[in-house]
Amino acid sequence: MDELYRQNILEHYRNPHNEGTLETYTHSHIEHNPLCGDKVQIDLLVDDQHRIDQVAFSGKGCAISQASTSMLTDMLIGKTVEEAKQIDKEAILDELGIEIGPVRLKCALLSLKAVKMALYGLSEEEWDNEEDDW
Amino acid sequence: MFNTKKIRQDFPILDQKTNNKPLIYLDSGASSQKPQTVIESMDTYYRQYNANVHRGIYQLSEKASAAYENARKKVARFINASTWRELIFTRNTTESINLVAYSWGLANIKPGDIIITTEMEHHANLVPWQQLAAQTGAMVKYIPITEQGYLDLAKYEAWLSPAVKLVAITQMSNVLGTIPPIKTMIKQAHAVGALVLLDGAQSVPHMPVDVQTLDCDFLAFSGHKMLGPTGIGALWSRKDILSAMPPFMTGGDMIKRVTLEGSTWNSLPWKFEAGTPAIAEAIGFGEAVEYLDGLGMANIRQHEIELTSYALEQLNQVEGLQIYGPQNPQDRGGAIAFTMGDIHPHDIAAVLDGEGIAIRAGHHCAMPLHDKLGLPATTRASFYIYNTAEDVDRLVEGLDKARELLTRD
Repeated sequence: MDELYRQNILEHYRNPHNEGTLETYTHSHIEHNPLCGDKVQIDLLVDDQHRIDQVAFSGKGCAISQASTSMLTDMLIGKTVEEAKQIDKEAILDELGIEIGPVRLKCALLSLKAVKMALYGLSEEEWDNEEDDW
Repeated sequence: MFNTKKIRQDFPILDQKTNNKPLIYLDSGASSQKPQTVIESMDTYYRQYNANVHRGIYQLSEKASAAYENARKKVARFINASTWRELIFTRNTTESINLVAYSWGLANIKPGDIIITTEMEHHANLVPWQQLAAQTGAMVKYIPITEQGYLDLAKYEAWLSPAVKLVAITQMSNVLGTIPPIKTMIKQAHAVGALVLLDGAQSVPHMPVDVQTLDCDFLAFSGHKMLGPTGIGALWSRKDILSAMPPFMTGGDMIKRVTLEGSTWNSLPWKFEAGTPAIAEAIGFGEAVEYLDGLGMANIRQHEIELTSYALEQLNQVEGLQIYGPQNPQDRGGAIAFTMGDIHPHDIAAVLDGEGIAIRAGHHCAMPLHDKLGLPATTRASFYIYNTAEDVDRLVEGLDKARELLTRD
């Protein structure tokens, strides 16, 4: 348990970065996790240089989902949309720095899914495809 | 080489006597026996990590979820699915076919459409299409069988037209053993825009089946006929078809989000798996295909061709015995239905039971086929990996005994 709730995760959970909503945004998406009922809303403001200017998130979720979302928002700010597309599952897990079981993985990746859906209209099926490895 | 003696040691049930005679099990076409590894895998689940899947945060549930999903991957690979998402766990072949009839069928079949199936189908691949046709105003056409037990392919080709929306055929008859030229039939069906459902209940356990090479659209099969437990089967279909299909059963685990106004569906394959699944059974099914993989499906097919060949040769010499279905072992599986004069199949089976031989008698869930043959029932011997030429010899001895006992002047 101590391993799962490491200091960096607890810090993000207690003091999440970029929490809230944006009054002016170019992209927004709400995503749910059917397994545990988590919900996350992601708002993004992308400038005309295709660079992510501002990000905010709101919603309810467990510590893992809140912390990973907080970390992800930090990663996104300043990146171009193209660069943001490159952020994958591994990048989130590296940032969390913990081993995660299949059920909690859904929690950890919920906001990444929401960002991809908001930013470039990734479909449910395309997201599933990313998990299609044997 | 195929080591039946060694294989038999993996099946604890075979080491027993029935009616004081060593058990000869010749009813694998109805349900196969299970190897130790399958039995143990289910026992281990119940003893060590029994928990519901997909929801629990705790270790037991995560272990159960991983084992359940891993079993799906094994079964999906076994038929060479391109992804595990195309493999839906059901209760059995019957449920798999009903899923297609109710979900795909009701959404796609319109009045005047034609569904082609055959006269030699098991009821599982016949009654659902009759029902679907009755509900939609479609028509079912049955490809006749020839005297030799082959499909009348000229009729099939003549019937194919753009009105045909589905061709539903067995890949191996459970009575005649007939293996139709499926690959050609699929090509012909696709040429008129029809989809093809294969009833793989008899084929998948007994020969290599590769859904990508076959290019079929649906494949239904059961775990219990291929060394797995009862209560678990599978439906395979292509992702594009499954994605477009509405759910079959609704409720828990198959949803993404539920509100009082409506619901959205879970991703494939879970969209089609409502409620707590048969977890232990799925794990046992995965173990069963692993066992079959270890032997090699091509080797299993070869073993059964040899055994069927020997059985046909021996049975053809039994006085008064008539075999139904192809005589060429290459064209058929190891299920051999026969009659012996006017002795009722139930009497034959009862005498054989006295000799320790388990064999099936009846219509084998294929009443229209028996009507066509003009018979109320047949006796059926069916072979699997643990059967030997000696089993065939014992069968022939038993049949001689039955004839002596039951022949009327």
